[in-house]
Amino acid sequence: MFIQVDRNPEPDLIDILINGTVYQVSAGISVAAALLQLGFKHNRQSLVSGSERGPYCMMGVCFECLVEINQVANQQACLTQVTGGMQIMSQQKERHIPLPAEQDSLAYNALEKAQKEQVNAN
Amino acid sequence: MMQCDIVIIGGGMVGAALGFGLAKVGQQTLILDQGDQALRAARGNFGLVWVQGKGADFPSYAHWTLESSQLWPQFANELEQLTGIDVQYQQQGGLEIFLDEAELDEYDQELAHQSQLTNHAFTYEKLSTKALAQKEPYLGKDVIGATYSPHDGHVNPLLLLRAMQAGFQALGGTYRSQQSVRTIKANADGFVLDTEKGPVLAKKVILAAGLDNARLAPMVGLEQAIYPQRGQILVTEKLPPMLNHPTNYLRQTQDGTIQIGASSEQSGLDDGNTVEVMAKLAHRAKQLMPALADQNIVRAWGALRVLSPDGYPIYDQAPIKGAYALSCHSAVTLAAAHAYTLASLIGKDDWSTNLNTFSAARFKS
Repeated sequence: MFIQVDRNPEPDLIDILINGTVYQVSAGISVAAALLQLGFKHNRQSLVSGSERGPYCMMGVCFECLVEINQVANQQACLTQVTGGMQIMSQQKERHIPLPAEQDSLAYNALEKAQKEQVNAN
Repeated sequence: MMQCDIVIIGGGMVGAALGFGLAKVGQQTLILDQGDQALRAARGNFGLVWVQGKGADFPSYAHWTLESSQLWPQFANELEQLTGIDVQYQQQGGLEIFLDEAELDEYDQELAHQSQLTNHAFTYEKLSTKALAQKEPYLGKDVIGATYSPHDGHVNPLLLLRAMQAGFQALGGTYRSQQSVRTIKANADGFVLDTEKGPVLAKKVILAAGLDNARLAPMVGLEQAIYPQRGQILVTEKLPPMLNHPTNYLRQTQDGTIQIGASSEQSGLDDGNTVEVMAKLAHRAKQLMPALADQNIVRAWGALRVLSPDGYPIYDQAPIKGAYALSCHSAVTLAAAHAYTLASLIGKDDWSTNLNTFSAARFKS
């Protein structure tokens, strides 16, 4: 659907991950351009209706191209350049935010505290 | 020339609540508000309806806050019936979260005292780390503990302001914006206000102008020694439910955004933001809830609290009959008491002895 018009016949290629699969794209292009070039028609579901959305304005105003990049959600794909190893995930209507890792959680802290008190009691 | 029975100077949290209450008891009331350039603490509010920690060393304030929280469900309901605006009031109980053990212990004692003062009408509990982790699984390991009070809740403060102003008008009140008051003079029939849109005559005048009360109060023979304290707030993008209760630092709105707050600084009348304070707020938010580290902040703002020397409200009746000056912080929490109790007392000119404890006279003793 899209033809690259870049004059550079031998662009530097880099690897990115989209939904866990590795793809090779030209360095220096935007995440939205990469998605379109690779044939992705949508990158997220509407939060309200759940309908599928893809890059539209390509200049940072319509916010249709939001994706998760390196674990940070709602990044504007058209304003973000691809970098080597970048992890891009499409976004679902329902968003799940993982609980803190066990060792970072308050629950873990509570358990540790209880164990310490146990040791002290013994 | 505009004429009315009662004129309220200020259409923010205090003025709008009083206007609503006075219109409800049948008083012909006019609210004079300023415009968008005013300091407008009412538009920068965090939105807590909070009883914890209110008045351990000021018994009448402890009672007053508790009374307002008890009136709140009825108030929210009445606003919605009258205006169709759901102010998103929820009273699921609130958490005061601590990152420091000594501070938690000290606060626990303060709350015990507050409970005693109210004959245990105010209730709370100190939560174990485990109990807190069960209530709020997204909290991080740096949190030491929290106190929980079932009286606490939260509301959308912008919708509250709109609902009170709309309710006031639905009950027959008149609201005028862009109408700053330059001077107030008493005469035989009441008061003459010189405003930017001409004179206004009123039998009674209520000063509810926030920080501007310091300028206006001497015109009716009162003193309101209030000063500004800036607070800054960060707001995240909309997120799935991550917080089950409002807290002293964070609250998740019904729209899904998480508000991050609780800074205080002296900045004169500058209600802007600073990178330094925003960075501190963001850092503490990450400590409290590690998952916030990966979420986007979409808005931030500053606003000026209206503080008295001891932090408690100043309510005064002027030596000239028919003039009142009311200044306070926590005007969202107190909105229900202002709308029902205080407005009805002013409507009857019944300045009861309970209210005398809030007089500025306390600073002179």
